[in-house]
Formats: sequence, structure tokens, C-alpha cells
Amino acid sequence: MFEAMSHDTLREYWWFLVSVLGGLFVMLTFVQGGQTLLYTLAPDSRRRDLVVNALGRKWELTFTTLVTFGGALFAAFPLFYATSFGGAYWVWIAILLCFVLQAVAYEYRKKPGNVFGPKTFEIFLLINGSLGVILLGAAVGTLFTGAPFTVDATHLSHWAGPARGLEAALVPFNVLFGLMWFFLARLLAALYFLRAVDDDDVRARSVRQVRLNTLLFLPLFLAVAALLLTMEGAGYDPATGAVALVPYKYLDNLLALPLRALIPLVLGVAGVLYGIARGWRGGEARGAFWSAAAGSALVGIALFGLAALNDTTLYTSTADLQSSLTLQNASGSPYTLTVMSYVSLAIPFVLAYIAWVWRQMGRRPLGVDEVERDPMSY
Amino acid sequence: MSVDAAVVEWSRAQFALTAMFHWIFVPLTLGLSFIVAIMESIYVRTGDPEWKRITRFWMKLFAVNFAIGVATGLILEFEFGTNWSNYSWMVGDIFGAPLAIEGIFAFFLEATFFAVMFFGWERVSKRFHLTSTWLVAIGSNLSALWILVANGWMQHPVGMRFNIETARNEMVDFWEVLLNPNAVTKFLHTVSSGYVLAALFVIAVSAWFILKKRDLRFAKRSLLVAASFGLLSSGYLVLLGDGSAFVVAHDQPAKLAAMEGVYDGASRKGIVLFGVLDPDKELGDGKDPFIIKIEMSQMLSLLGFHDIDSFVPGAEDLVFGNAEHGIESAADKLAKGKVAVDALAAFHAARKRGDPGAADQARADFDAHADYLGYGYLDKPEDILPPIPLTFYSFHIMVGLGFWFVLLFVVLLWFQMTGEIADHKNWLRLGILSLPLGYLAEQTGWIVAEVGRQPWAIQDMLPVGVATSDLDAASVSVTFWIFLVLFTALLIAEVRIMLGQIRRHGEEVGHV
Ligand code: HDD
Ligand code: HEM
Ligand code: HEM
Repeated sequence: MFEAMSHDTLREYWWFLVSVLGGLFVMLTFVQGGQTLLYTLAPDSRRRDLVVNALGRKWELTFTTLVTFGGALFAAFPLFYATSFGGAYWVWIAILLCFVLQAVAYEYRKKPGNVFGPKTFEIFLLINGSLGVILLGAAVGTLFTGAPFTVDATHLSHWAGPARGLEAALVPFNVLFGLMWFFLARLLAALYFLRAVDDDDVRARSVRQVRLNTLLFLPLFLAVAALLLTMEGAGYDPATGAVALVPYKYLDNLLALPLRALIPLVLGVAGVLYGIARGWRGGEARGAFWSAAAGSALVGIALFGLAALNDTTLYTSTADLQSSLTLQNASGSPYTLTVMSYVSLAIPFVLAYIAWVWRQMGRRPLGVDEVERDPMSY
Repeated sequence: MSVDAAVVEWSRAQFALTAMFHWIFVPLTLGLSFIVAIMESIYVRTGDPEWKRITRFWMKLFAVNFAIGVATGLILEFEFGTNWSNYSWMVGDIFGAPLAIEGIFAFFLEATFFAVMFFGWERVSKRFHLTSTWLVAIGSNLSALWILVANGWMQHPVGMRFNIETARNEMVDFWEVLLNPNAVTKFLHTVSSGYVLAALFVIAVSAWFILKKRDLRFAKRSLLVAASFGLLSSGYLVLLGDGSAFVVAHDQPAKLAAMEGVYDGASRKGIVLFGVLDPDKELGDGKDPFIIKIEMSQMLSLLGFHDIDSFVPGAEDLVFGNAEHGIESAADKLAKGKVAVDALAAFHAARKRGDPGAADQARADFDAHADYLGYGYLDKPEDILPPIPLTFYSFHIMVGLGFWFVLLFVVLLWFQMTGEIADHKNWLRLGILSLPLGYLAEQTGWIVAEVGRQPWAIQDMLPVGVATSDLDAASVSVTFWIFLVLFTALLIAEVRIMLGQIRRHGEEVGHV
């Protein structure tokens, strides 16, 4: 069935899958957002344990989505994987370090003999939730603002920025993008806690965080949207591969891609706003987290669509425009994409069992008692 | 192409560091997940709460170990991009696929059911919980499958062809990549090494409890499960080790020569059981490579090729060539490789000039020498050999330990079955001492596989020297030290937490 597809269709299909993974990852960074609210929501140590354990049931999913996102890029768009990771070395290393810290923090924080004390591991969680997300945002921002690299005749890449990727953090759009993501993650986390924990105090504080982070997130979102839709982007001619800058490229894309960008974006924004509206007053806030979460995933999917479809360069080179990467020149061979497409048929099953387990485990909110009683608690 | 030797050296050091750290944790995950699943199955069958306590105890240790495995694995996965980006582009078409499949099939399975296994005791039914525990075990072993398919492909690249247009390798047959004999034996040998290590781990901890006369029922039951599991898997492991050597003999003659310290090849070649290499030995000097050795005659031909008369090529045959046995000299291969490298460059230059005639000519030259392309990037014929002493000693340590573990499991199981294990204090002490030896066997095994593969990142195709990213050595050396310090700090914390958990066994409240 996939054999019949053209190479271009396969590329677009794989970019869609990458977008879905990216969108899900954005949504799942509520775990990171929650980590930055640790002290805000829970000044005392019993409640802090509660908050950590409520997040601790989910952190692996976020982490695994990141890993799979990397794997999917490697398999489907190897030249992008090679150019960006090998070139923007320090940004990626910094991001990875932030996630290494997270991977041990939950498990080791409260264990006797952990050498560095619980506080250290709480700081690890904080670093992962703030620096990790902001840097990831800056890295994703380069899909729109580009990066200084060149690619030679045999497709080997070279970096032209002395800061090896850290220069991304100097581009205002990238920074705004990172901050927007950071506050979105916190907002989602606050909505999550409304339903996930059984503790009036934490809930009351969560409501305040819903409001506060909404007020910080919305202006950032509008600023990013305004910049994005007015900025110049690079497009290419699919027949010759020639790259040229186009004013209002992303606005064009938005209008040209109803299914891959406009509709998901509109639905996504509506979902986030609805979630905020439900969570604003606190209480049961049924559906608040899920509509905001699904909304963020849709916005993420739309953004990835804008970045690379409609003959847009997926990774624009600011050092040599013609070196820019596109879905066309950065992808795997048709055979590999076909094989991987068969593999992708498993994705709905994976999502289904994840959703099912999430439901089974989340039947009732987590309380301080259960955390204290359960010897397996973090 | 990147030729800065320091970048290559630092990148190799960094990859070795992260992989070796990852491999401290992974084998225990692979095996302990099954041991825990077996214990929980016994609990569900018998309903005996003591088994639940046992299961939970080992499960907690599993979690402590798992965390760093995940942390180091993340770095490894992205290191292909950060440090080996030319490699990622040149072989990503084949190599990326198993990594992506691993994420989709294995890691999500683990991550999802991990949460149920740890926090679901009160939230889901007994059966669902048991199923989750099994799924975690299956997930972790599936992740081993896919990563080892990728690694097996590096040892013996199959199912692909070089595309001169894109100057990279592209996959043409997925099944060939998956069913690569190298990958299959590698998977089986490696996961069973994980089972052996986990058995050694459970034995060491249980032996400590028995020696301390603490919680004997728990300790003896655990020891029984572990010794049985260990005996089964270690027998299997040794058999599969022979399988691995057989595969190596076919596809990687230079690695085999290094593993066995063979300089001049022969038919009916003997196997060195124990030996000390002469550090002054040079290629072609006619000296005996060994200062001391104990040899078993004809066995290498038999084990390596399953035929006593087969010729085992030595390092000298491979470098200087051996016309009688149809072995081409490395110098010839390098010369042909240079032709391929030049033809590749000429092809792209002609394309750029828009000269189709020259491009066709270059393509024909290239096709005639394509199999030697990788050799074109080497400097001198001796470069085709891996470091011999490191490979040789590592191999012998691993094999020796493999036989020792079989014996250990047999003896402990025997004493356990005859019911007097607590009286055999020395064997219990040996059980404790064998745990570090298990880790040693694991690390040396990978040294054989990976150091023995040098100078190739992809056997015969891509030397490590051209596989790195275009980075400066300073950046890579800084990240090397960051990783070293960070991982060491985390390892210290991990070991202390483990020891703490073991000592506190029995005081099950709150965050123990
Ligand atoms: C507890 C650990 C352990 C033990 C006791 C053994 N092995 Fe092993 N061995 C491994 C753990 C291991 C490993 C770490 O899992 C390796 C590294 C790469 C691989 O495929 O498995 C390995 C690699 C490896 C290789 C290299 C494969 C390659 O280069 O691709 C060979 C030839 C053997 N082993 C052979 C043996 C033999 C003949 C053994 C015993 C008699 C033995 N191993 C015991
Ligand atoms: C987890 C167990 C592993 C260990 C302990 C291990 C160990 C090592 C060591 C010691 C080196 C350095 C060799 C040298 O430069 O002399 C190395 C290199 C490397 N290994 Fe592994 N390895 C492991 C698994 C893997 C797997 C599964 C893959 C691929 C899927 C892999 C890919 C590589 C690559 C790309 C390099 C760098 C290039 C090279 O030096 O050959 N390794 N590894
Ligand atoms: C050198 C190449 C390797 C890479 C790139 C790699 C990558 C990874 C990654 C990214 C993770 C974290 C997954 C998560 O998010 O849960 C991980 C964990 C794991 N890996 Fe590796 N891995 C390598 C070598 C190996 C080998 C050789 C094996 C087994 C034979 C293995 C088995 C596992 C297992 C069982 C886990 C589960 C967690 C744990 O380590 O305790 N890996 N690996």
C-alpha cells in the first residue's frame, strides 16, 4: 500500500508523523511545567511529595516521546538529524544534559544515601523544567529563523557559527518561542493538578497558577504568532531545488495548508482557550486539562506543518541559502520511508494502549495518604 | 571530509564512555525485569504474600538501576547526531530505522507499563499488574533487539547499496537487515548475558543476607530463582558465544585474529586458552607472538569455522596478503579504495561542471571499485588491524568468566536443592565476589565487539576517521569531561542508594 506512494507523499507523510510526535511532546511537557511549580504549589514536604508523585507517573512518557522524536528524525530525515545535531552541538548537548538530570531526579530524590540530598534533585527538576524547555523552544524556533550551516556536494554538513548552536539563543524570536512554551507547560501542569491530586491546598494554588500563567502565556503567544506570520521565510522550487527568500512565507503557508495548518491551529487555539476557561475558576474543572492538552498538541502539529510544507525549507541556512534543507533533500530513500511507513501502522495501537493505561491509572486522584502508604512512591 | 585526528579520538573516547556507562545498567535491566516477572507470577499463582514482598524488594532495586540506564541511553541515541553526523547521514537510511522502531515498539511499552508496575499495585487488578510487569520485561528485551540489529549491521553491513548520486548507503532489503546472522546471534548472546548478570546480582545480594543470617526465607527463595535462571541462561550464553565467534570468523577476520592473537594463519589452527602476548612483537618479524601460552590444538579451526581443516587467517595474512588462500593484501585494497574515492569525487565534479561524459566514465570507474571504497580512506595497510592485545585479553577474560559462571550456578543450585546452602560460606562468598566479575565480563565483551571492529565504524565500508561531525576537538573534549564527571557522580549516588535499599530491607515504609 505504501509502495504505491510517490517519494514526495512519503516525505509528507513522515513529516506529518514527526509533527504528531512533536505536538504530543509539546503537550506532554506539562510534566516539565509541573516541575517548575514544585515549590509554588507545595511549600511543605508532604505536599511536595504528592506533586512529585503525580508527575512521576508520567515523566517517562514525555521522555520517551522525545527519544522517539529523535529516532523518527534520524530514520526519515537523516540529513536534518546530522546537520542540526552535529552542528548546533552545544544547544543539543545542553538540552540532553537537562534531560539526564530529570531521568534520575524522580527516583533518587527521596532515597536514603542519594549523596546530594533531596534539594539537589529538586533543583535538577527545576533546571529540566525551565532551561530544558526554553532551550528546546529556541532549537525548534530555528526551524523558522534558520541556522548558520553549509552542506557540501557529498551532503556533509559544516557549521558556520562559532557558538555551535548557542547563537540560536540570541535570536529574539527563538527566545520568545522558548518562553511561550515554558509558560504553556506551566499552564498545562496547573490544569493537570486540578484533576490529578486530591488535596484542596494544592488545588487552590493550582487555580492561581492557571490564571497567572495564562496571563503570561497569552501575550507571548500573540507576539510569537505576529512575528511568525509577518516574517520572511525561505521557499524552494521543487523542480530545481533553488532556494529563495519569500516575504510573509508562513502566512502564505497558513492559508495554503488548510488541513495541515489552519484548521489544526484554529482548533488547537480553541482547545487551549476552552481549557483555560474551564480551569479558571477551579473546582472539578472536568475536561480542562484534556482540552488544553489536545489543543497544544494540535498547535504543535500546525507549527511543524508551517515550518516545512508548501515548498518551504525545513531548516534554512543563514550562512548559505542554497544549502538549506528541505523535505526533499534531507529525507531517507523511498525504500526506507516505505518500510518505516509500515512500521508506523503500529502507532495508533501504541497511542491506544497509552491512553487506556492512563485512564486505568487515573481513575481517582492521588492523595497524600496513598503516597505515604505506598512503599514504591518516589 | 573531517580529518582532524583529535576530534576522532575524542569522539571515540566519548562514545566509548557513554556506551560503557549505559552498559553498566542495561544488562541488569534486561535480566532483572524477567526475574521480577517470574517472582510476581509465583506470587499471583500461590497468593503467598511473602512472594509479593520478595517481588517488591527486587522491583525497587530495578527502578534505581533503570533510571541511569535511561539517562545514559538518551545521550547515546543523540550522540550519533552530535558526534557522528557524517555517519548519520551516510548510513542513516539503514541505521536510523531500527532506532526509530525501537522507540515506537519498545520504549513506549516500557515507559507505559513501568508506571503500572510501580504505582499500580493498588490501582489495577492483580492480573493486569502481572501483565504489566511482563510487558516491561518484554519491552526492555525488545529494545535490545532493535539496537543490536543496528549494531549487527555495523559489524556486517547487508541489505543496502551505495548510491553514488547522494554519496551514501541506502537500504534495499529490510528483512536482510533484520535477519542478519550477526544481529541474530548478537541479540541472543547479549540478552542472555544480561540474564546471567541479573542472576549474579540476585545471588550476590541473597548470599549476603544468608551470611548475615537475615531474612533467610526471602534470601533462599530469591537465590533459588536466580540460580535456576542463571544456570539456564549461562549454558545458553556459552553456546551462543560460540555462535558469535562463528559469525565473527566469517565476516570480520581481522577481529578474529585479534581475539585469538593469531599473526600467521594456518589450517587446523589451535586455540589459546591462556596466553601472554609479547609486547615487542611486530608484524612480519617471524617471532612467536606469545611469551607463554596453553594451547588446545585444532580447536580454533573447529570452533571458528566448524571444520577442522579450514584455514584461519592471521594478522599478517590479512595485511600482507596470502595468495595461496586467496587473501588480497591490504595494500591492494587501499589502492583500489583510492580509485573509488577519486572516482566519487570526479563524478560529483563532472556533475557540477555539467559534463555527462566524464560523469559516466567516473561512475564506471567507481562501480568497478565500489566494494573497496572504505579502504580508500585508510592511510596505511596496518590500519586494517584493531588493537590486538586489548581485544585478545578482553576476549579471554570474558570466555574464562563464562565457564566460571556456569560452574558457580551449578554448585549453588546443588547446595540450595540439597538444603544446606547456609553451611557453604565460601561458596556464598564466591557468589558475592562474582558480581563484579559479571560486570567485568559484560564490559570486556563489548570491548571485543567494538574495539575489535576498529578501524571501521561500518565494517569494510566506513572507517571511524571519516564518520565524525565537523567539530573542534576542544568542544568534544569538554563534553567528554562533563559526561565523565556527571555520570560518575550519578553512579556513586546509585550504588549508595542500592546498598541503602538492600540494608534496609524489611523496614518497608515510605520512601525506602
Ligand atoms: C556476562 C557476560 C558475558 C559472558 C560470560 C560471555 N559473554 Fe561474550 N559477550 C558479551 C557478554 C558475555 C556481551 C557484552 O553481551 C557481548 C558484547 C557484544 C555482543 O554481541 O555481546 C559479547 C561479545 C562476544 C563476542 C563478540 C561478538 C562480536 O564481535 O560481534 C564473542 C565472539 C563472544 N562474546 C563469545 C563468548 C564466548 C565464547 C563466551 C563463553 C564461553 C562468552 N562470550 C561469555
Ligand atoms: C551498550 C553496549 C556498548 C558498549 C559498552 C560499547 C562500547 C564501545 C567502545 C568501547 C567503543 C570505542 C571503540 C574504539 O574507538 O576503539 C565504541 C564505539 C562505538 N560504538 Fe559501541 N558499544 C556498545 C554498543 C553499541 C551499539 C549497540 C552501537 C550501535 C547501535 C554502537 C555504536 C558505536 C559507534 C558508532 C562507535 C563509534 C565509532 C567507533 O569507534 O567504532 N555501540 N563502543
Ligand atoms: C549504543 C547504542 C545505544 C543507544 C543509542 C541506546 C539508546 C537508549 C535510549 C535512548 C534509552 C532510554 C529509553 C527511554 O526513554 O526509556 C535506552 C535505554 C535502554 N537501552 Fe539502550 N541504547 C544503546 C545500547 C543498548 C544496548 C546494546 C542494549 C541492549 C542490548 C540496550 C538496551 C536498553 C534497555 C534495556 C534500556 C531500558 C532502560 C535501561 O537501560 O535500564 N541499549 N537506550
